[in-house]
Amino acid sequence: MDSRLEFAKSEPIWNTNNRVISIIAGLIILLFALPLFGMNSFYLHLFIMIFMHAVMAQSWNVIAGFSGQISLGHGAFFGIGAYATSFFYMEYGITPWISIFFGMFVSAIFAVLIGIPMLRLSGHYFAIATLLIGISFQVVFQRWDLVGAASGLWVTMTPEDSWSALQFHSSKVPYYYVFLIFFLITFFLVWLLSRSKLGYRLRAVRDDPQAALSLCINVSNYKIIAYVISAMIMAPMGSLFAQYILIIDPDRVFNIEISIIVLLITVLGGIGNVWGPIIGASILVPISEYSRIYLGGTGGAVDLIFYGLILMIICIFRPNGLISFIPKDILERKKQR
Amino acid sequence: MKILTVEKLSKSFGGIHANRDISFDVEEGSILGVIGPNGAGKSTLFNLITGFTKPDTGKVKFFDKNIFGISPDKISNLGVGRTFQKLKPFADQTLLENVMIGAFVKEKDIKRARDRALEIIDFVDLIEKRHHFAKELSTGQRKRLEMARAMAIDPKLLLMDEVTGGVDQKTIPGLVELVKKLKKTGVTIITIEHNINIIMEISDNVLALDQGKRIAFGEPKEIQNNKQVIDAYLGTFDAA
Repeated sequence: MDSRLEFAKSEPIWNTNNRVISIIAGLIILLFALPLFGMNSFYLHLFIMIFMHAVMAQSWNVIAGFSGQISLGHGAFFGIGAYATSFFYMEYGITPWISIFFGMFVSAIFAVLIGIPMLRLSGHYFAIATLLIGISFQVVFQRWDLVGAASGLWVTMTPEDSWSALQFHSSKVPYYYVFLIFFLITFFLVWLLSRSKLGYRLRAVRDDPQAALSLCINVSNYKIIAYVISAMIMAPMGSLFAQYILIIDPDRVFNIEISIIVLLITVLGGIGNVWGPIIGASILVPISEYSRIYLGGTGGAVDLIFYGLILMIICIFRPNGLISFIPKDILERKKQR
Repeated sequence: MKILTVEKLSKSFGGIHANRDISFDVEEGSILGVIGPNGAGKSTLFNLITGFTKPDTGKVKFFDKNIFGISPDKISNLGVGRTFQKLKPFADQTLLENVMIGAFVKEKDIKRARDRALEIIDFVDLIEKRHHFAKELSTGQRKRLEMARAMAIDPKLLLMDEVTGGVDQKTIPGLVELVKKLKKTGVTIITIEHNINIIMEISDNVLALDQGKRIAFGEPKEIQNNKQVIDAYLGTFDAA
């Protein structure tokens, strides 16, 4: 038998670089240990926001980066998640640990309902349609009395820290760990997805829908699957954010800015790459938080100017995002010449 | 056994009859060559059979199954593979990943899909290029990529749109050999081809189209002597 073929078959499917694995393991241990060194509440907040935005960007990365559909209304799923936990806790006393899944479920339903008609639209039209849907969610919630209309929901506060109500008033450390664990689980699952049969097929849909059709791939179904997965990643972040700030309103959790920021983070870090959103969030979130501190409320939009500048530079010089500074053979696959 | 039966298949775009009442059939295990001048409706015929374009009227049967007007992913799932005239590789993925996406149709397990893809890549003689991105490959190599990717779904019928189009002369014999090698595996082939010598060499039957209509259908020898074909297509050789 052909020895070159035998050699090719003996290669590992994935290039496992032990140094990269140990660096990642080391970073995870470091993240778990950090609060033990007495981080002040600002740094805890900064890390919580990085974890949250990395997951939100990863959600957008699944639909846009993996399957190639640009959604501009992803904030809708964030808001659904936020309202799901807050509303069911306030009205029925249901613990957020259960209603998180309810938020995911409702988001998934909406993703299917929006996805079936919208994903037939190609390219720009899908983007425009999702933009309008994102805005319409905000408009509906601003007028929906049951969920507090424009003034939103003030989550009933527990007298003391409570794991069952997912509220912590004395310290941000528990929030830090909750966000960290969601962040790690999400990235692990998306990493598995990118290496699965589904991941391969989504990339096929992204790169060439017609070629995908010729390979037995039902393109519209796969787009909907990607949209549903993406929505289900976004919703829990809305839920956790609501538990973190304990007051939500349509202007905050259905803000169009959410949909834009997840796009910026992903494009900056590297679209279509599992690690891109982490890099993007680690850079953009501190810029946002520090500009808020040093410029105060009046300079609220200054971070957006920075974002815009950085994004322009990235698009011109590094269209594949910052992740492209790391040689591909380390992260993804080896290439033999 | 007839693997494909096409009866009176028609498609018009606006007032233009791209395909008009085209009928032919293909014997299992054979090669059908499709010829015709530019705009004769060859690629449209491919798109109608594979479901990429919805036909207006007529009948298309794959074995005994009616596949008229059903969606392309369903048709490919029945065992009809195709390549594209304007190549459509997954450009940002490696050759191996391209073929694996096809191989997943038959193999659910990632390792088995990988091994199956490697065997097919070896069959089309590109094993050394397996980790190259599709966009880095030459046109001839990308033609082989498309053939490998289509073969990965284990088709019974393979439609190839211009295997030797757009490549340099030195590359052509290798591609022709590959088509012959493919036929030996038992797959039935329909191929669009401009090079008349290649068509005569590889085809068991030839379908000649002109202006959307069938002008001849039969063995290569008959076609070569058919007056209408000579006028429409082969005649250009005499003029030269």
